[in-house]
Amino acid sequence: MYTQALNTAETDDRGLEDAVRAAQFQARIDAEERIEPNDWMPAAYRKTLTRQISQHAHSEIVGMLPEGNWITRAPTLRRKAALLAKVQDECGHGLYLYAAAETLGSSREELVDAMLAGKAKYSSIFNYPTLTWADIGTIGWLVDGAAIMNQIPLCRCSYGPYARAMIRVCKEESFHQRQGYEIMLTLCRGSDEQKAMAQDALNRWWWPVLMMFGPPDATSQHSDTSTKWKIKRFSNDELRQKFVDATVPQAQYLGLTIPDPGMTQDADGHWRYSEIDWTEFKQVLAGNGPCNRDRMAARRKAHDDGAWVREAAAAYAAKRAQRQTAQAAE
Amino acid sequence: MATPNTPLWEVFIRSRNGLAHKHVGSLHASDATMALQAARDIYTRRGEGLSIWVVPSTAITASDPAEKGMMFEPAESKIYRHPTFYEVPEEVGHM
Repeated sequence: MYTQALNTAETDDRGLEDAVRAAQFQARIDAEERIEPNDWMPAAYRKTLTRQISQHAHSEIVGMLPEGNWITRAPTLRRKAALLAKVQDECGHGLYLYAAAETLGSSREELVDAMLAGKAKYSSIFNYPTLTWADIGTIGWLVDGAAIMNQIPLCRCSYGPYARAMIRVCKEESFHQRQGYEIMLTLCRGSDEQKAMAQDALNRWWWPVLMMFGPPDATSQHSDTSTKWKIKRFSNDELRQKFVDATVPQAQYLGLTIPDPGMTQDADGHWRYSEIDWTEFKQVLAGNGPCNRDRMAARRKAHDDGAWVREAAAAYAAKRAQRQTAQAAE
Repeated sequence: MATPNTPLWEVFIRSRNGLAHKHVGSLHASDATMALQAARDIYTRRGEGLSIWVVPSTAITASDPAEKGMMFEPAESKIYRHPTFYEVPEEVGHM
């Protein structure tokens, strides 16, 4: 389960709305009350959440692609069963999240269509390829690890259905990270070639994973509203730092080198990383990452190939309903 | 042919014997059989339940949160419905 800095807010258009209701709404948020689907909410709150939750859902679904790529080539049956279960979980996470997004008033079909039309984003991390088996270990360890950092605070998000979905997701996410780390550990204890493969995967994923937390706080303009509404509880840089501090010792245990020669440890224990190349992040977001076109093509093909199933299921349900009505009339 | 929007279902799961079914979330499915199977796959991948109910979301009638004040007022003003309203001397012991 993956979210990155998709949590940017819409411009504030509450001027048009009842100021009293907006004040009451903010008072409920400040009192740590949860907002539920039928409660009054500012239009911008609804819009921000619809976008954030649906993009989070799209990320889960697209996230099945890079890992699904290795299911048939997993090195053992144990690894294959685990990877299959993990990819299935990602699908489940996408579905919990779509359901949460729908409570804000958009239909599932609208949300999915927006993604297929390229109008809705998904996490840019999935636009990188999985070249070797070590990439599967790295994704579980780092991509899911970063996702957990992002998602734990979302369990306390002010919007009830989103918070509840995140609680389910976080419970399942820990398995993903552990299975990834175990793959890395096995490779690092294996032959020199296997260890080199693990190092190569870390080299390729490290910087894109740090970008998952979104732009630096200094350039992120919209966080204020999301923070005020308690959708977002920690800043991008705070979460990124937490992640780096947690990950460095794990890499050291594996005997792998983080591909950042400038990295130093502060007296207070925090690991300071070098400047992130944000032009790469912008390029991938703009559709120019290594796999953007592949991912969209795969999603569109899956959607089109499944059209007959949806039509058949709808026709069958309609026929049964008709028969029941006829029988009731007899 | 344009596929109509697939109906929404609410899913309830009873986790153990002796506990009530509890709402866990919702899903889309064309009919009840498919809804049950989807509920199993989405909500019980780790042995979360012994029994599943699926209910068409359209079959649920909900109270209006905007009118919760009026709706629940009758209970709020009746503090004498709670045991702590009544005084029992300490000497009597636990009651």
